[in-house]
Amino acid sequence: MAAFDTPVQHRSDKETLVCLRTLGQPDPASLQAYLNVGGYKQLQRLVQDKVKATDVITQVKLSGLRGRGGAGFPTGLKWSFMPRYYDGTKYLVCNTDEGEPGTFKDRDIIRYNPHQLIEGMAIAAYTLGARVGYNYIHGEIWQDYEIFERALDEARAAGFIGENLFGTTFSFDLFAVHGYGAYICGEETALIESIEGKKGQPRFKPPFPASYGVFGKPTNVNNTESYTSIPWILEHGGDAFQALGVPNSGGTKLFSVSGHVERPGNYEVRMGMPFTELLDIAGGVWKGRQLKAVIPGGPSTAVMPAAAIMGATMDYDGLSKAGSSLGAGSMIVMDETTCMVKTLKRLSYFFYEESCGQCTPCREGTGWLYRVVKRIVEGEGRMGDLDLLTDVSSNISGRTICALGDAAATPVLSFIKHFRPEFEYYIQHGKSMVTGKAE
Amino acid sequence: MLSQESLAKIDRELTKYPADRRQAAVMSALRIAQDEKGWLSKETVAYVAEYLGIPPIAALEVASFYNMYELEPVGQYKITVCTNISCMLRDSDVIVDHLQERLGIGFNETTPDGKFTLKEGECMGCCGGAPLFHINNKRMCEFLTKEKVDAILEELK
Ligand SMILES: Cc1cc2nc3c(=O)[nH]c(=O)nc-3n(C[C@H](O)[C@H](O)[C@H](O)COP(=O)(O)O)c2cc1C
Ligand code: FES
Repeated sequence: MAAFDTPVQHRSDKETLVCLRTLGQPDPASLQAYLNVGGYKQLQRLVQDKVKATDVITQVKLSGLRGRGGAGFPTGLKWSFMPRYYDGTKYLVCNTDEGEPGTFKDRDIIRYNPHQLIEGMAIAAYTLGARVGYNYIHGEIWQDYEIFERALDEARAAGFIGENLFGTTFSFDLFAVHGYGAYICGEETALIESIEGKKGQPRFKPPFPASYGVFGKPTNVNNTESYTSIPWILEHGGDAFQALGVPNSGGTKLFSVSGHVERPGNYEVRMGMPFTELLDIAGGVWKGRQLKAVIPGGPSTAVMPAAAIMGATMDYDGLSKAGSSLGAGSMIVMDETTCMVKTLKRLSYFFYEESCGQCTPCREGTGWLYRVVKRIVEGEGRMGDLDLLTDVSSNISGRTICALGDAAATPVLSFIKHFRPEFEYYIQHGKSMVTGKAE
Repeated sequence: MLSQESLAKIDRELTKYPADRRQAAVMSALRIAQDEKGWLSKETVAYVAEYLGIPPIAALEVASFYNMYELEPVGQYKITVCTNISCMLRDSDVIVDHLQERLGIGFNETTPDGKFTLKEGECMGCCGGAPLFHINNKRMCEFLTKEKVDAILEELK
């Protein structure tokens, strides 16, 4: 690989590294690097001391950890849904399929600290009685997939995954599998279909994966960052993790900062950090320009005008009070030169292209949204188009099997709500009111 | 037909699943077949299906659902540029224009010498490194500038 393919990212001393805690060591992804920070000690302790599953779940509940895949569902509560006694194989799945534009945090976990994810999954397997695990990795990040495969080999050779671990009856096999270009497979039931070797079309829920998951067996699905937080929680206690953050948002969070900042990248900080401080860590708005808007949690969360986010804190409640949500912590920053109409066109194309086609409102609706925004950008817009867009969006929301439909509606509704004059100008003049380029 | 090496790789993938769930390996088997052949012809897809013991239509459905499988021939180097929001904000259009000019082709076209194919991609989950592209689904090239693009093209010549 040529040296310029992937330069190492800048880091800040304002970060608090939990999931990325091997960073700073010469070869952070190695087993040795993870052992140097106390890695695999929690797994060993739980398994050898036969710590009760309910005690582990209590710590996870105390930690305030909420699912980092975007929905923010409390992890401890989710774990308590898995059937305790089941005659057959239970599965564990990790969701490393991030493909929501602006989201790239899980990639850094598997390439910089894969062993902590492996330990987190092994601890979950021990707690939930899962015999087999899969980590489903986004197909586009092949080099990182290979890093994770190597880490699995190392962990297997060292006796941290496999048969009869630590001389006990506990066994856990863990495998890496991959997607191959389908955003919808990030949705947990589509992901399960994909693991089974099928098209990624979401299943009806219920039944939930906890009762009917991989190969029809009870399955627990969590995001990469969720599992990776677990070893730290068991080492320091649930309360300590909660205390890193703020009420209702325990722990640290990896924020993927992209777009118009000086230093894009992933920054792991305490929940509740003021937005302005996070922006500062990322070097501020690039080229000395003014901030125009931020999508704080990926395109399935509402866009926020600069004024709305400047005073917000980066946690679940902070962002919902300010009119959006935390999502997966994918902060897309837009400067004053950004044309919101053209930006919305690109997002609408994405959802149209990635709709799996199973539900009519989503399949037809996303196509409709894209065509209308496209005709505005091409100077063919009509005044009624904005109401039409709002109407179509509202008719997709809540009428589909999975949340991709809602995700497609959110940018349309929030862009028009906050930047309506810009859309009206475009329709009236057939061109953008922003002079800079943003395409 | 696939090489012994490819079949050995598929066999390794099969060990990840219960013995009666061979279909589960179809994603990786198609990927391995494409790595060897460059693209997936109907015959290759059927061969993979037969090897796994699943109906050809089941393999074809998967091959056509996921974007990174190629059902038409592509050049020796397939360059897929992400143009989604974070990349667009970092001027992916400049990279696209430069590539199109240097190679003399548009999206979904192949150079006459069969060397390069250009594709437009959706978010690759590497947005911090925008603008970026990947080559043959494998090598990710980030923080692109026109100069870097030139250096990479030179290297692949
Ligand atoms: C269209 C769509 C895409 C999704 N993409 C992802 C993803 O890339 N990664 C992820 O962890 N969760 C994703 N999710 C959420 C998952 O369905 C699921 O809630 C999550 O993996 C559960 O893990 P958590 O509770 O630890 O967050 C997506 C959901 C939808 C509807
Ligand atoms: S938007 Fe280009 S990699 Fe995510």
